[in-house]
Amino acid sequence: MKKLSLLSLLLLVVRRDLVLAMRRRADVLTTLFFFVMVVSLFPLGVGPEMDMLRKMAPGVLWVAALLASMLSLGRLFSADYLDGTLEQMLLAPQSLSVLVLGKMVSHWMVSGLPLVLMTPVLGLQFDMSVDAIGVLMLSLFLGTPILSMVGAIGAALTLGLRGGGVLLSLLVLPLCIPVLIFGTGAVQAVTSGLNVSSHLSLMGALLILALAFTPWVTAQALRISME
Amino acid sequence: MLEVSNLACSRGDHRLFSGLCFTLSPGQIMQIQGANGSGKTSLLRTLCGFIIPDEGCISWDGTDVRELDEDYFSQMMYLGHLNAIKDELSALENLRISAGLSGMELSEVDAIAALRRMGLKGRERLPAKVLSQGQRRRVALARLLVSDARLWVLDEPLAALDVGAVALIGELISEHLARGGMVIFTTHQPLVVAGMEMRSLSLS
Repeated sequence: MKKLSLLSLLLLVVRRDLVLAMRRRADVLTTLFFFVMVVSLFPLGVGPEMDMLRKMAPGVLWVAALLASMLSLGRLFSADYLDGTLEQMLLAPQSLSVLVLGKMVSHWMVSGLPLVLMTPVLGLQFDMSVDAIGVLMLSLFLGTPILSMVGAIGAALTLGLRGGGVLLSLLVLPLCIPVLIFGTGAVQAVTSGLNVSSHLSLMGALLILALAFTPWVTAQALRISME
Repeated sequence: MLEVSNLACSRGDHRLFSGLCFTLSPGQIMQIQGANGSGKTSLLRTLCGFIIPDEGCISWDGTDVRELDEDYFSQMMYLGHLNAIKDELSALENLRISAGLSGMELSEVDAIAALRRMGLKGRERLPAKVLSQGQRRRVALARLLVSDARLWVLDEPLAALDVGAVALIGELISEHLARGGMVIFTTHQPLVVAGMEMRSLSLS
């Protein structure tokens, strides 16, 4: 037997969570359908005024993505907590933060990436321009991993609590406000002909910051929750 | 060597035990005894670092385990009430992943050999959800075979096992002790470990 390197440990966790997600497909699809439903209800409810829809589009898509990611966060650690796998993860002789990062990455691939890929289709319902859709996808691509990572802290803190889902949203949603502002700001900038790079680079900075700190914070939160 | 000195632990306002002292040297086995609710599981979870003790200190080879942290985890293995088995994965995948989480790459051949020794021949590739409770426990216990941890912390390892499997666990433990390993465990069933003196600690 040989020792696993940190990178192969990360890949092991990502692969494991993706395999589990593929064998429990209903969970993945509910998040995606929730996103599609919420976004599609707006044009139906607001009516076919193209100008208004075009203006609303980035906000609606971003808020829907935010809510959809809350929906799936509760499951991030709970299955592992209930069957005892989390205990074993806490006893991992290598870094718990790396295991947590692996879970965040696979959570994003399962619940964030499909939303990004679905965006062009939904953007058409709002009569968005090609440029605007491109920037919206890019901002969601940068922003949804932040939602998964910040959300993981909340998921770890509310682990094993009854009614943890609501508490989780109350904890995490305020922290996601900057991501929402810069994400929708970027799309508004491109539609009014301004430069989008400042918004996107701020989101990139937030993403790097989240990558650097959230795995460690989540690991500490998990240790507190297991006590 | 595991040394526990003056350990105290409480759950809520209720003091489970205090002033607990013992040492466990290589080749020794210790059974924790006590009625339900006397703190056996809490003691084992404290040894794993899940619970921070109110007082006292746990040291491994002379150093506090909280300083050793991950170096300590690499030398111990914990098997709790929960099996840490995923229903969606096969026995083989479960075993290889849990070995991976404990930092070891386990080849498929070794994993199959371990599962066969645990009496799961022909069931290696079945999803865990079709296995019985006892078989799932065997999959969890197969981790003992593939781990090179020196300290085994086993919470009710014999739950749901049949007579044959209990004898097999006794055999595994005596092999582990002969290699200089240490075992601390709880059980309500009799466990025969050949040729070893069983120490016991009563919590009340």
